[in-house]
Amino acid sequence: MNKARRNPLNTALAHVVLITYTVIALFPVFVILINSFKTRKAIFREPLAMPNADSFSLIGYQTVLKQGDFFLYFQNSMIVTVATLFFVLLFGAMAAFALAEYRFKGNTLMGLYLALGIMIPIRIGTVAILDLMVSTGLVNTLMALILVYTAQGLPLAVFILSEFMRQVSDDLKNAGRIDGLSEYTIFFRLVLPLVRPSLATVAVFNMIPIWNDLWFPLILAPAEATKTLTLGSQVFIGQFVTDWNAVLSALSMAILPVMILYMIFSRQLIRGITSGAVK
Amino acid sequence: MTALKLTNVCKSFGEVEVLRDINLEVEDGEFVVFVGPSGCGKSTLLRVISGLEDATSGTIEIGADIVNQVSPSKRGIAMVFQSYALYPHLTVRDNMALALKQERKPKDEIAERVAEAARMLSLGDYLDRRPSELSGGQRQRVAIGRAVVREPKLFLFDEPLSNLDAALRMNTRLEIARLHRQLSASMIYVTHDQTEAMTLADKIVVLKDGHVEQVGAPIEVYNNPANRFVAEFIGSPAMNFIPAERLGGVAGQQIGVRPEYSKIGETGRIEGQVIHVEKLGGDTNILVDVGSSSTFTARMFGQYEIETGSHIGIDFEDAHCLRFDAQGNRV
Repeated sequence: MNKARRNPLNTALAHVVLITYTVIALFPVFVILINSFKTRKAIFREPLAMPNADSFSLIGYQTVLKQGDFFLYFQNSMIVTVATLFFVLLFGAMAAFALAEYRFKGNTLMGLYLALGIMIPIRIGTVAILDLMVSTGLVNTLMALILVYTAQGLPLAVFILSEFMRQVSDDLKNAGRIDGLSEYTIFFRLVLPLVRPSLATVAVFNMIPIWNDLWFPLILAPAEATKTLTLGSQVFIGQFVTDWNAVLSALSMAILPVMILYMIFSRQLIRGITSGAVK
Repeated sequence: MTALKLTNVCKSFGEVEVLRDINLEVEDGEFVVFVGPSGCGKSTLLRVISGLEDATSGTIEIGADIVNQVSPSKRGIAMVFQSYALYPHLTVRDNMALALKQERKPKDEIAERVAEAARMLSLGDYLDRRPSELSGGQRQRVAIGRAVVREPKLFLFDEPLSNLDAALRMNTRLEIARLHRQLSASMIYVTHDQTEAMTLADKIVVLKDGHVEQVGAPIEVYNNPANRFVAEFIGSPAMNFIPAERLGGVAGQQIGVRPEYSKIGETGRIEGQVIHVEKLGGDTNILVDVGSSSTFTARMFGQYEIETGSHIGIDFEDAHCLRFDAQGNRV
């Protein structure tokens, strides 16, 4: 492994591949960003040109901030994403701990049942979900979105986390039991910190589809007060005329919060306090 | 007084019987070692005693109380694990203090007990470090310290030295022996290492397939094994077995001779070809093909120059011979 790493040709090659991928992945973001700072004419004349003195314009951002309640949309998206992640991680980790730690009848079956959700897209049940939300009076509330996204995220979370929980040393949990820690303390104080990198992975996996989702906000919570950012941006896309300045500006601003969240989680991915815990 | 009494303890996981009818008493201050090959149930037995596993049937008494229904933390035990199992996010001091904090002991008493344990195990300089900043030997000392501060009625050690290298293992073994003398506490120690079993134990319990084969003082078990399994398992190199017929005994019986009781010469009671010689400096192990199913090992004190392939005879006295019947029981 070390030998391959020291070989300069291999290193260079690996970097070329990684840089190429990064450029491809970042290119659309880059195009959105530069065009959000250009006049409408400039966007269509030369979509790939950088904004210059002639073409520079903040008209898109002005439209976005004037029209519609953008900060509210931001806030809604943020609430829905953060609350969902919290519930997915909490309940997912708890279920995973139970599946990994306790021997009970139907353990494997329960695990399979929970994992089944990975294979069935939740959108298939949209009509039933809408029905349910109408009869419980949850339509046009953020709670409706949080509940649906939590249900959507749990199967994968349980699946991934239970694998990681199995790797946590039994001796450590048993030491806790002998020292008189309750099962909850063992879960929150001993096990969760050790599986933190996998929690971050699950969080990142769940966060981006929720942040970008248009389907459920459109169906379950289209009211002005509960619009999410993605749904809010749609007002600028018309059947005949699309305000590209506004759309691009709205998208540019939508990138920021999710990037901040990602940075928080990816730090957790890297940091590890597990070394030296056992062995 | 008895520190621990097991009566007819059985444990099965579904269909699989892991422990069968275990009866055992551990006296106050006694050091008991469970030995046996891997999978014999010795660790499971320890877990049943600690309460981490429930016994399927039978009673477990610790200090005269039946503890079958008592949770591990209230049994008055402390356990040291093979993998140390230190809390990674706590300092050495907090690792040792945690159990006492859970019992809501007064702060100054906790500090006093931790300081005392740290002094005993010379951990004073490391109290504010985290487990990841310690070496393997230091971590195991912290794990032992965590057990010591609880002042338990019974110490349980689950192969505590297996993860240490040979030199550290020796040091830590001496430390555990010293600790046992100082605290005069009852201890149960699980290992598959014979040296640890022989050197530490007041009483050895040999287990096989979830069943107690023999209980006794180490030397007693060594000199007087109850059956062929114990004879073969205790002692290194292992005991030699020769069909009794070859020495004029009863057909079907086996005769067991410890390697160190054999003498070599030109001729002897049995003869064969040397297939390998292990020169250990202090001892020389001579492996001889004597025509039976297994080779015969002669352990000679001192250094010998013997050619591989040469023909030698082996002699031993009748007083050192143990007889086993076809079922492996002592005759």
